[in-house]
Amino acid sequence: MITVEHLTKCYGNFTAVDDLSFEIDEGHVYGFLGPNGAGKTTTMNIMTGCLSATAGTVLIDGHDIFDEPNEAKKLIGYLPEQPPLYLSETPEEYLRFVGEAKGIKGAELKRQVEEVMEQTKITEMRNRRISALSKGYKQRVGIAQALLGDPKVIILDEPTVGLDPIQIIEIRDLIKELGQHRTVIFSSHILSEVQTICDEIMIISHGKLVAFGEPEKLMHDLLTPNEITLTAEAGKEKVGEILSRLSGITETVYPEHQESESYTTVRIKTDMKEIYDMSRQLFKAFAGADIVLLEMALKQVNLEDVFIELTEDTTASEASENPEAIQEKPEESEVEADDSSTEA
Amino acid sequence: MIAVLKHELKSYFHSLTAYFFGAFLLIITGVGAMIYNINQTIANFEYVLYYGCLILIIIVPILTMRVVAEEKRQKTDQLLYALPITTTQVVIGKYLSLLTVFLIPLCVVSIYPLIFAQYGDVYLPTSYGSIFAFFMMGAALIAIGTFISSLTENQGIAAGISLAVILFNYFSVTISEYVSATAFGSAITLAVIAVLFAFLIRYLTKNDNVAYTIGLALVAIIMMLFIIDSSMFEGLVPDIMAQLSLFERFYVFIDGIFDVTAIIYYLTVIVFFLFLTVQSLEKRRYN
Repeated sequence: MITVEHLTKCYGNFTAVDDLSFEIDEGHVYGFLGPNGAGKTTTMNIMTGCLSATAGTVLIDGHDIFDEPNEAKKLIGYLPEQPPLYLSETPEEYLRFVGEAKGIKGAELKRQVEEVMEQTKITEMRNRRISALSKGYKQRVGIAQALLGDPKVIILDEPTVGLDPIQIIEIRDLIKELGQHRTVIFSSHILSEVQTICDEIMIISHGKLVAFGEPEKLMHDLLTPNEITLTAEAGKEKVGEILSRLSGITETVYPEHQESESYTTVRIKTDMKEIYDMSRQLFKAFAGADIVLLEMALKQVNLEDVFIELTEDTTASEASENPEAIQEKPEESEVEADDSSTEA
Repeated sequence: MIAVLKHELKSYFHSLTAYFFGAFLLIITGVGAMIYNINQTIANFEYVLYYGCLILIIIVPILTMRVVAEEKRQKTDQLLYALPITTTQVVIGKYLSLLTVFLIPLCVVSIYPLIFAQYGDVYLPTSYGSIFAFFMMGAALIAIGTFISSLTENQGIAAGISLAVILFNYFSVTISEYVSATAFGSAITLAVIAVLFAFLIRYLTKNDNVAYTIGLALVAIIMMLFIIDSSMFEGLVPDIMAQLSLFERFYVFIDGIFDVTAIIYYLTVIVFFLFLTVQSLEKRRYN
């Protein structure tokens, strides 16, 4: 559907998009994720023909956006970051203009305008001036505009920014609905949003594509859990001795302040592929030494970690940031604690 | 193109712009017609348009100030870039809508000579010849205003610059009498203009090398020509200024001459500035 090859965009000496290549199939919702200034908007602007590229090509269904802009643009509906609305007009007048400019005429134009207003639920606002509409409704008018001409691809640049929580949910539902029949690409820097709506995620950092795949697959491939925190009913030396007998442990960290003498908390990092192998081994070792495991938790990874990991990696290599910061994320859940008690 | 044209026209007639423009043009021509044709019983309608020129200086900038600047300010230019229409179509659509706004009051004005003809001898060819020339001159001014509007996203600045440029054009013949007519003075003035032109190119293209190359080349050519034959610079700048005046060429029509070269000149100005407008809009894609 969309093929982006070796796309590069420089602003003077600054490279906003750096040799970006990816391919997008029909009929999915794609999330375009990246921190602010990563090059999301620039990439989208190039894909929609609003901006030229320094190098590289963008093919929309076989049409080059630079060589055959009109054919390619007809296949795309685009909502820029700031909805391009003529504030003094009503949604209906505005949509009629956009429809006409997209080459729709007469009865077909009327039908399509009605249809997109229906779809984005702005029918009751059709005769109000756009300047009088709330931000959520303005955003909907912007999306309605993108839907005119029945494009195969809808590209939305940060469609939920600046909306209140209810509006955000409504827009997300709308995106999901649109994704059933067309390809939707939307950018965001909010992870949970992308995680809930998207079939596939592209993570971009410093103009480079750092990850591309399904949310679950990304989490699985990129950040397998490798950290277990456990609390055992024994002194620090005893715990240390048991752990020293086990294989696969790369690092053990004891908190500076142990709350009590009678039990010890320790954080273990492992290089084992399957984290459950590690927890099984731990359970058996402590059970064998007749020490009660009061708590065992493995770190649950979420997309946030993948995101931070990937985007920090690129910053780290450039700004030499402390990679330990990644591990400080407090997102942990106690999956294994129950498990160990039932087995005991 | 048609969609842009319709859309623009609708916006002019929804706001006060079109009415304001039409009303002012009609008031001035109306008052002029009353004074010359009715009170002084002069049969030449052309003289009225001589004063109509004055009002164009003020109303053209007001008409053209928002045409592109407002799109940039509201960020609706993004939409125009994303739509399956070319920038040329957008600019032509916008320009034609401005011309329509200009043409409507002129249609009303066109009735006047016919009315006067009922009561005396009016030589209609010169009347309509000058109305046509008036339209062409206005069209050229509107093209200039459109280009200036595309340089900024502030309507006020666009109006101010347009007013200054058109005023300068209006008075250029008067000013040219004060400009040094000596060969050396002309050469220096042209060199300064060449440098200013280079700066304009630098501002528009953001490309230092191109701007400096063009600037230096122009200055070098001027210097070489001056060394080879300094007499050709004699009175050159005042001459150029008089030649470039849009208004000066219009006065020929008032004298009852249908000057085809003037019409061609107006057409050239229109095409040139519309071309620059397209380039100015396209430029935004490239930086």
